[in-house]
Amino acid sequence: MNMQLSNQSLHLHLLRYRLGKYAIRILMYASAALVVLETIAPLAWMFISSISEGRELLSMPPRWLPERPTLERYESLFITGRVSLLGATTSSPAGTMLRGLYNSLLIAGVTTAVCLMFGLLTSYATARFRFVGRQAFLFGILALQMLPAIATVIPLFFIFRMIGLVDSPLSLIITYSGFTITYIVWVMTGYIRSLPIELEEAALIDGATRLGAFLRITAPLALPGIVAVGILSFLTAWNEFLFALILSHSLGSKTLPVIISEFSTQFGLDYGMIMTGGVIASLPPVLLALFFQRYLVQGLTAGSVKG
Amino acid sequence: MMASTIRHTAFTPRFTFLNLMKREKLPGWALILPTLLIVAGVTLGPLLYAGWLSLHEVGLDIRANMHFVGLANYVDIVQSPTFRNATGRTLYFAVVSLALQIPLGLAIALLLNQSFHGRSIVRALILLPWAIPTIVNGALWQWIYNASYGALNGLLYQLGIIHAPVVWLGSASLAMNMVILADTWKVLPYYAVLFLAGLQTIPRDLYDAASVDGASVIGKLRHVILPSLKPFLLVILIVRTMETFRVFDIIYMLTSGGPGGATTVIGYYTYQLTFLSLQFGYGSALSFTIGAVTLLIAIMYIRILRTEETLD
Repeated sequence: MNMQLSNQSLHLHLLRYRLGKYAIRILMYASAALVVLETIAPLAWMFISSISEGRELLSMPPRWLPERPTLERYESLFITGRVSLLGATTSSPAGTMLRGLYNSLLIAGVTTAVCLMFGLLTSYATARFRFVGRQAFLFGILALQMLPAIATVIPLFFIFRMIGLVDSPLSLIITYSGFTITYIVWVMTGYIRSLPIELEEAALIDGATRLGAFLRITAPLALPGIVAVGILSFLTAWNEFLFALILSHSLGSKTLPVIISEFSTQFGLDYGMIMTGGVIASLPPVLLALFFQRYLVQGLTAGSVKG
Repeated sequence: MMASTIRHTAFTPRFTFLNLMKREKLPGWALILPTLLIVAGVTLGPLLYAGWLSLHEVGLDIRANMHFVGLANYVDIVQSPTFRNATGRTLYFAVVSLALQIPLGLAIALLLNQSFHGRSIVRALILLPWAIPTIVNGALWQWIYNASYGALNGLLYQLGIIHAPVVWLGSASLAMNMVILADTWKVLPYYAVLFLAGLQTIPRDLYDAASVDGASVIGKLRHVILPSLKPFLLVILIVRTMETFRVFDIIYMLTSGGPGGATTVIGYYTYQLTFLSLQFGYGSALSFTIGAVTLLIAIMYIRILRTEETLD
């Protein structure tokens, strides 16, 4: 009798334990779904708005899914250069988007490539050589990397005007190099320092020079780190706005963020058009983030936590 | 094989920059020179130049219009109520952001630290808002907040929560909070990533030991997780505080500082005075102040990093 009772209570305990576990798992999946929804819904809405007809965007309550999805806006941004909203046709400067895309790719790409080259050489020197003021140099670089754009944009505007570089992609490449190269040096110095020096020394004994040893032994080992800082540098340059706004005035150097910021005055209420621009400008960063997720996470944490 | 390739390059005589380096006639600082030049040219140099400009009254044509005024611009700053309001709003932005984003980011990190099906997909997806350009983020939320046709009003209306459209960005009391919300959506991944990195440094044994000692979930959070996350929390506090000075893009896109200046934070205020009102000297004084304060916070940050390093 007594035995039976305790058996029953044991069952009850087990049941409660299992139920508790299920409840926790359900809660976990529910919150994961919530996080995904919170993240994706605005992005999805941006895409849906870009392929919905203008009429549908101006209905309340909104139509969450387009009846007849259309790629018309993408076509007009890339090919025809004409935009129609509610029957009225306005012309958009053909190729604005293409030109912006080209400028953004050029500026972010060149900045990343040049800064990686010089930044890695510097990182190697600060990681492996001893010289006076090395520590001060590193920390100085870290501090300067954190300067906000607003602190330097006014003097840079005057400097570039004096040397006649305003409104040239070069001025943005030079400006972006300031925070890109400092970021690369700060992260990669720590990264290279964490790599074993023995292989390099073996190569030195075999007759290689320091730079040869770096290029053939250490650089390949540091590749994951290089990819990480490269992606982060590219994204930062791709997304930058304030400098681009002040230093570029014509299509010759305007990047995508500047062009999109002008969409609202250009297209007025046509949010579909603005969202189309948004989708185009977001596509490269989104693809990079999806395919190089691990590197991105690495670059993000290394940049702020450890050198 | 590796050794043979090395010898091969070592004996190839070519007169390139790399070759010069190979003979090590150039010391380590030659490798540092390009970086030094860039840093001097586009960060430190301009900052000092801003300091110089801030002592002048400067017109758009800088050669013809530059008069030394001493510290007058700084006196103006201190006396300006607009500046004080902008500083107050920046502080509000910083405090509310941190208070909202730290718990949310920690919660997401704790979730992503559990094992469940599809975790790696969720981990990849949550990065996306962080990757898209801030200007696009601003445009997107401007559309979502749109009073007449926006998705937010539509959703709340369909759920029966509101019956008349809310002008989200039209009232002074609401606008700043809505900007913070839009910004939160974009920056949460940063918190999640950093906190997750922190959680992964906690050894499994520590949890097990806490479980053996009969610690509850809350107990584990208080006595195991939070203490281990302290350095990461510090980093987030400092980096994000510095970043609130940077807040510009999203304000530019969402509210242009309005309504009635209600979202004019310090970064946007500086932009407005400089590039819309063309008060370059006064703007430079603001810039230089922001730069100096940022550097001070950065030095604090470095101090902390250094003590962390010596502890390691």
